[in-house]
Amino acid sequence: MTTPSLETAADPQGLRRIVIDPVSRVEGHGKVTLLLGDDNRIQQVRLHIVEFRGFERFIVGRPYWEVPVMVQRLCGICPVSHHLAATKALDRVVGGWPVPEAADKIRRLMHHGQIVQSHALHFFHLSSPDLLFGFDAAVAQRNIVGVAMAHPEAARQGVMLRKFGQEVIRITAGKRVHGTGSIPGGMNRAVDAAERDTLRAQLPQVLAWAEAAVDLAERLHTGLPDHLVGFADTPAAMMSLVGPGGAMEFYDGTLRVREADGRVAVDGFEDQRYRELIGEGVKPWTYMKFPYRLALGPDAGWYRVGPLARLQNCDFIPTPRAEARRQAFVAAQGGRPVHAVLATHWARMIELLHGVEVIAQLLDDPAILGGPLLATGERQRGGVGIIEAPRGTLIHEYEVGDDDLVTSCNLIVSTTHNNQAMNEAVRSVALQYLDGQTITEPLLNHIEVAIRAYDPCLSCATHALGQMPLAVTLRNARGEVLDHVHRSSRGDTVRGTRPHSAEAAR
Amino acid sequence: MSTANPAPAKLRVATVSLAGCFGCHMSFLDIDERLFELIEHIQFDRSPLTDIKTVGLCDIGLIEGGLCNAENVEVLRAFRANCRVLVAVGACAITGGLPALRNHLDVGDMLQAVYGTVPDDPELPLPLNKVHPIHEVVRIDHSLPGCPPSADAFWHLLQDLIAGREPAHGLIRYD
Repeated sequence: MTTPSLETAADPQGLRRIVIDPVSRVEGHGKVTLLLGDDNRIQQVRLHIVEFRGFERFIVGRPYWEVPVMVQRLCGICPVSHHLAATKALDRVVGGWPVPEAADKIRRLMHHGQIVQSHALHFFHLSSPDLLFGFDAAVAQRNIVGVAMAHPEAARQGVMLRKFGQEVIRITAGKRVHGTGSIPGGMNRAVDAAERDTLRAQLPQVLAWAEAAVDLAERLHTGLPDHLVGFADTPAAMMSLVGPGGAMEFYDGTLRVREADGRVAVDGFEDQRYRELIGEGVKPWTYMKFPYRLALGPDAGWYRVGPLARLQNCDFIPTPRAEARRQAFVAAQGGRPVHAVLATHWARMIELLHGVEVIAQLLDDPAILGGPLLATGERQRGGVGIIEAPRGTLIHEYEVGDDDLVTSCNLIVSTTHNNQAMNEAVRSVALQYLDGQTITEPLLNHIEVAIRAYDPCLSCATHALGQMPLAVTLRNARGEVLDHVHRSSRGDTVRGTRPHSAEAAR
Repeated sequence: MSTANPAPAKLRVATVSLAGCFGCHMSFLDIDERLFELIEHIQFDRSPLTDIKTVGLCDIGLIEGGLCNAENVEVLRAFRANCRVLVAVGACAITGGLPALRNHLDVGDMLQAVYGTVPDDPELPLPLNKVHPIHEVVRIDHSLPGCPPSADAFWHLLQDLIAGREPAHGLIRYD
């Protein structure tokens, strides 16, 4: 299933290097390098994460109660996911697990607001230009402004869906980005009834927009030309949390792994024991680690997380509108697992609809307005918090000393789980569209389209400082640089070799 | 630039996240439907929202995040050279922010601790020893404090610049 021959060229010296740098319309910074041999044959393709921020290290020594607020700064796009994964881990540390019903429901409300806003952002603001205009549309049009000009109603719905999700976060966390509220053992605030009512009044419209979003994603997918239906089709095992009975579950559950062929391989795996399931590998050319199933080892043990994995890993979605949409999705694939990357967008919009339905249920629940909000109990040394972030399974693990200071921290973020899957997708696309071709900007965008489908959050993937450029590099079989293509400031492709020590990539 | 002009030239705006988390970009998008009004007056150049890969000549550059590696410095200098008005957006750009918590640690030791073996590929830009705020490297025209600054702070700053006014310093928050 892996293609190690494309991960590392047999003899990289002198191959032609093409760089996509930065990968755009994703969150964070990365680059892709392609090495091409004679006749433009692909020898090596890598997605690099180029930054490192060191959160796992500088969290150590801080008081544990600072952590849920600090770790949000891993990612401004899904800060709530980090906020809640950290507090779930620290609930264990303070002996406050399970948290009281009110706190549990307010946290779930906050988290589903996060799912809605992030999925809307990804689909409408970032990915929709590729799907609406085609992969080879003009650079100037491929953005949300282009969508607003050509499809004003779709653009407006996307902006308004995201706004609704952000408002759910604001009334539960106090701020739309980097709010507070969730604390070890529970919550420090309930929901204000007047604000709750304002949100409830918007629900009929928001549900209609969410249904329309699924319609749009489904229509775009089923309208794809034949050669794109299987775009970046990379069979992979799937991992996610599931709830009781195999229900789709975003906030708390047990881990399930399904093989690429659809068989369930691992089920009911308790979150606190994740280290018995997953290991992490390191490669010298990227700051993003490579998680794998310990039972299968680093080469065969990679898997996929996120909407496409979740939708096919669960047995059902526990809300009626999204469940009907899931069944239509499964039926459209003839009941077989689908691994074609563009189907992710359709799955993502079904999840958005589910998120709105869950929000509607929770807004109807008087528990969110108050009651006991904090649980305490016997202090523990450490804890694990696992949540389904918008991009997939997110793991936080902490140990805390008797002096309340954090002594260790391990984070496996969603995009990191998808590291190998994204690299495989990029290699698949390179072979399908770039091998033997004269490389052009529209062809390079195919690579970015595949990466984008994963909605990678490259700022949290590195726990890193800053920027992810995406670059593509090509070389010949003897490792000679034949050509160098990069994009100019206007986004068009500029050709030329780049004599640089970086050419001697291992 | 005047809104009274029947066919005003749109201001070119570039945005970048250096060593930041994209939270400032998210807060900018929190202007919500006012985005559609804004794009009547501005045009995006390089930004995570577009496929333009390097910054061109622009009226305004919005910079989120501090400097953590050599590439950040290169991008910052390109913004300064190309943008008429440069705005430091958010705590990281102004002070280094939360990532600067690594400044009391040794980068080599930290990489060793996190990765076991240190990634050392030539494709990876060299990390800086410390995280720096951007004003230590280039001149800044305006700053929007906050983690992140509010959507309204972005809105009013851009409205002032579109109208050709000196930006007023309101809506400042630091949380």
